[in-house]
Amino acid sequence: MRAKVTVYPRQEVLDPQGRAVHQALERIGFATVEDVRVGRSFDIHLDVESQDEANDLVHRMCRKLLCNQVVEDYEFELGEFERGELDLAGADG
Amino acid sequence: MKCGVVVFPGSNCDHDAYHVLEQVMELEVEFLWHDQDHLNGCDLVVLPGGFAYGDYLRAGALAALSPVMGAVKRHGQAGGWVLGICNGFQMLLESGMLPGAMRLNRSLRFECRDVWLRVERSDLGFTSDYEAGQLIRVPIAHAEGNYIDSDSALDELEENRQVVFRYVAPDGSDSDEANINGSARAIAGIVNKQGNVLGMMPHPERCSEEILGNSDGLPLFRSLLRASREAMRMAQ
Repeated sequence: MRAKVTVYPRQEVLDPQGRAVHQALERIGFATVEDVRVGRSFDIHLDVESQDEANDLVHRMCRKLLCNQVVEDYEFELGEFERGELDLAGADG
Repeated sequence: MKCGVVVFPGSNCDHDAYHVLEQVMELEVEFLWHDQDHLNGCDLVVLPGGFAYGDYLRAGALAALSPVMGAVKRHGQAGGWVLGICNGFQMLLESGMLPGAMRLNRSLRFECRDVWLRVERSDLGFTSDYEAGQLIRVPIAHAEGNYIDSDSALDELEENRQVVFRYVAPDGSDSDEANINGSARAIAGIVNKQGNVLGMMPHPERCSEEILGNSDGLPLFRSLLRASREAMRMAQ
């Protein structure tokens, strides 16, 4: 099983990095950008029996280490992703 | 007072802290390694500046989970002195010993320069050799010192008088421009409610000798020594 975890700054927290990227995108002509948050992603391979077990584990990993909940939120997807699929996701166009 | 300076892989201000404690303060001091689970009986533990574990993931996040931090937590909970400077402050936040978190400086740059701080209170073991309201000049050197917490948590910090140092203009006035990293309420250093765990982004260990042209950081170490001696007298 694999977990695709995304951690990003909470909506109410000013994200200086996201703001800089937002300004840069506008500068090069992407005028319709409304907001940018810069986060980080994790590709975690798990040796587990069930989806429930994976779900519980990843929540615990996020709360204990991957995400600082004072300033960040997290979300994740679980699945039997093929190698390479993560890199290609959303790469169209 | 026996002092310990914790050495993490990536610490780079450990020797500065050691030097001030040993050569300037003339105290007994030793290095403590990050993977030991005890503090060798030290009364004061310094978490020094640097880039522990390469600051991977988040500054201080991996260091906060190292074996020595379990001992540091127990020491702090038992009322022992803990001083986290720069990266050490980030560790105190990540380990939950102090509230809040750090973001990148609003400039998105590593800021390395002298700043002016206002000492907000002098009734702490860390600050008794300062006057409340005193202005001091202390160097900073960090990329992630932009302190943040929820508005309610910040209000609580203020109500409990936990803000010890604030970034101010050279004349002591509050100034957004002087708030070098964009910290909420211009916070440069905070203490826990009990007053024995202090985290600060500026580096007092880099300005504790006349020969360096600035000794504004020295009263902090003198205060600690005095507080430690008083505690010992009380215990006798």
